Amino acid sequence: MFREDVLSDLKEEKKKFDEKTEKLLEKRPERKKVFNSGSGEEVKRVYTPLDIQEMNYNDDIGLPGEYPFTRGAYGSMHRGRLWTMRMYAGFATAEESNKRYKYLVEQGSSGLSVAFDLPTQIGYDSNHELANGEVGKVGVAIDSLKDMEVLFGGIPLDKVSTSMTINAPAGVLLAMYIAVAEKQGISPDKLRGTIQNDILKEYIARGTYIYPTKPSMRLITDIFEYCSENVPQWNTISISGYHIREAGSTAAQEVGFTIADGIAYVEAALKAGLDVDAFAPRLSFFFNAHNDLLEEVAKFRAARRLWAKIMKERFGAKNPKSMTMKFHTQTGGSTLTAQQPENNIVRVTIQTLAAVLGGTQSLHTNSKDEALALPSEDSVRTALRTQQVVAHESGITNTADPLAGSYFIESKTNEIEKAALEYIEKIDDLGGAPEAINKGYIQQEIMDAAYTYQKEVETNERVIVGMNKFQIDEKPPTGLLKVDPAVEAKQVKQIDDLKELRDSKEVETTLENLKTACETDENVMPYILKAVKAYATLGEISDVMREVFGEYQQSVKL
Amino acid sequence: MRPIRVLVAKPGLDGHDRGAKVIARALRDAGMEVIYTGLRQTVNQIVNAAIQEDVDCIAVSILSGAHETLLPKIANLLKEEGVDDILFIAGGVIPEDDIPSLKERGVAEIFTPGTPTTVTIDYIKENIRR
Repeated sequence: MFREDVLSDLKEEKKKFDEKTEKLLEKRPERKKVFNSGSGEEVKRVYTPLDIQEMNYNDDIGLPGEYPFTRGAYGSMHRGRLWTMRMYAGFATAEESNKRYKYLVEQGSSGLSVAFDLPTQIGYDSNHELANGEVGKVGVAIDSLKDMEVLFGGIPLDKVSTSMTINAPAGVLLAMYIAVAEKQGISPDKLRGTIQNDILKEYIARGTYIYPTKPSMRLITDIFEYCSENVPQWNTISISGYHIREAGSTAAQEVGFTIADGIAYVEAALKAGLDVDAFAPRLSFFFNAHNDLLEEVAKFRAARRLWAKIMKERFGAKNPKSMTMKFHTQTGGSTLTAQQPENNIVRVTIQTLAAVLGGTQSLHTNSKDEALALPSEDSVRTALRTQQVVAHESGITNTADPLAGSYFIESKTNEIEKAALEYIEKIDDLGGAPEAINKGYIQQEIMDAAYTYQKEVETNERVIVGMNKFQIDEKPPTGLLKVDPAVEAKQVKQIDDLKELRDSKEVETTLENLKTACETDENVMPYILKAVKAYATLGEISDVMREVFGEYQQSVKL
Repeated sequence: MRPIRVLVAKPGLDGHDRGAKVIARALRDAGMEVIYTGLRQTVNQIVNAAIQEDVDCIAVSILSGAHETLLPKIANLLKEEGVDDILFIAGGVIPEDDIPSLKERGVAEIFTPGTPTTVTIDYIKENIRR
C-alpha cells in the first residue's frame, strides 16, 4: 500500500523518534510502563505505515459489501438503512411482556427481541420442581402455544422481525411462532426473525443446555433444513460470542471461539447432506461491545474478514452471501457497575459507538440499572435513546467503516484475526468445537482470562470508575423493577386449566410420533409443530426428547 | 489446623457462573479447600454436599432473581438437618431492598456486584464457626 522510498524514510524517522522519546522519558516518564488494551494486549506508543506494510488494500481491506468484507456486510452500510434497534425484553407473564413490546414499538424500536425465563429456556414447564422461584424472572414464561398467542397478540407478525433468545428448545419455540402466525393468517415464508439456536456456547458459557452435544447438533441441522424449505427469511442461528465475552474472554477469544462454533455448525450441516450455499446465507452472529472502543471496532472487522475467508477457502462457498458475516451486537453487561449506575449510560454510549463503527446490523443497548435488577421502563428508554442519538446526531453513520485506514485500527484488526485463527487451529487439533468443549479446553481458557481480569481490578491495575476509583457514599437505589411472585402460581394454574381443555388423545399421539421421529433420522420439526398445535406443553415435548437423547453432563473445572 | 473448606454452589437454573468460578479460584488461592458444585443444583443437593464434604462455609452464587425463593430454602433445610456450624453466605445480583429479610431468614452475609474477592475472603476467615 506504500511506496518503498516512503517506508525506508519513515523507518529512519521512526528510529530517531524512538531514541528521542526514550531520552525524554528518562526525565518525564509516561503514566504507565506498559499500556494494555481492554483485553490485556500491549498497545504501542504510535502506529505508522510500518505496522501495516505487508497489507494489500484490495485483498485485505477492499470495499464495503465486497469480499473479504472487512469494511462491512453491505455496500451502503448505515446510509442505506440504520441498524435494527432491537431491545431484548421480556418478564413475568405473556400479558405483561406483550405490553412492553407494544411500548417499545411505539417508542421507535424496530424489531422485537424476546427474553424467555430460565424454565422455558431449559425445557421445563412452570410447575416443574426446578422452576420454583425462576418463573417469569429473567424473561417471560412460555408453557404452551396458549402463552405464545398472548405474547404476540395484536402484533402483526408479517410486519415485525422477531429475535428469540432460545437455544436447546429453539425448534419448539419456532414452531409455536409459526403456529401463532398461521392463526393470524400469515404463512411461514413471510416470517422474519432469528432464533439463537446456538447450543455450543451454552455448554461454554451460558448454561441453558438440555441434551448432549451430538443430538443437539442434529436438532440444529434439522432446523436449518426445515427453514430453508419452509421459513426461508428466518435466520436459523445466531452464533454467539456475546456470552463467551461476558464469561470473561478476551476480544480475540470471543472471535476465535465463536467462529470455531460456526465452523462446527457448517460441518454438521454439510455432513447432514445440505449444500453450503443453501443454508450459510441464513447464518448470523452475535457479538459483545466492550469499552475499549478501538479494539472493539478492530474485533468486528477481524471477525468479518476471517469468516469470509473460512467460508470461501475452507468450505468452498460460491454465493457471496454465504461469506458475509451479519451480526447483532449487545453492549457488555459485565462492564456495568452497581455503583453510581448513571455512569453506565456513558459506558453504553462508548459501546454503541464501537458497535456502529464496527458495522453492526442490529443492536441492543443495556440499561443503567442492569447490575442491580431487571431494567425499569425509564432506564430502557434511555438506553434506546442512546442508540437514537448516535444514529441521528453523531454523524458516524454517514460513511461506511470510517476508521479504515487508521494504522492502529488496521494493525489491530490483523492482530485479532491472527490470534483468533490460532485458537481455531488449536480447536481443530482437539477435534472441533464440540470435542474441545467436552474436554473443557474452551471453558478453561475463558476462566483464566476472567480471573486475570478480576485480579487486575482488585489490584487497581485496571480502573473501573466509581468502583475501585472515584467512589462515593451512595444511598441504595430505588425504583427497581420487581417481578410479582404471584406469576408462578398463575402460570401453574394455566397449565392445569389447559390440560383440562385440550384434546389429550391428540396430545398423546403427536408426542408419540415425535418420539419415533427422534429415534430415527427423520427431521423432527414437522412433528414438533404438530405437537405444539395440539397444545402439548414445552415441558412435555422436551421430556420426550430427553427420554430419547439423554441429558448433557457438565464438565466442571476451576 | 486443617484449611477452611468451602462449598461454592449454583442453585436453581441460573447459568451465570463467572462469579462463582472467580470466587472459587480466589478462595483457593487464599489457601482454602474449595468444592464447586457446577450448575443447576437443587436445595437438597447443596445441603447434602455441604454435610458430606464437611465444609465450614456454603457460598451460593445467584443472578437469576430466584434468591428470595432459593436462599431461605437452603437456610431452612440446614436448620432442619440440625446444622449450625456451617456459615451460609451468598452473592450475585441481589437488590439492596431484599437483603435485610434474607438475613433475617438465615443468610449470614450477602455480597453484591463489585465486591472485591478479598472482602469475601476476610469475611469467611473471621466468621466461620469453629
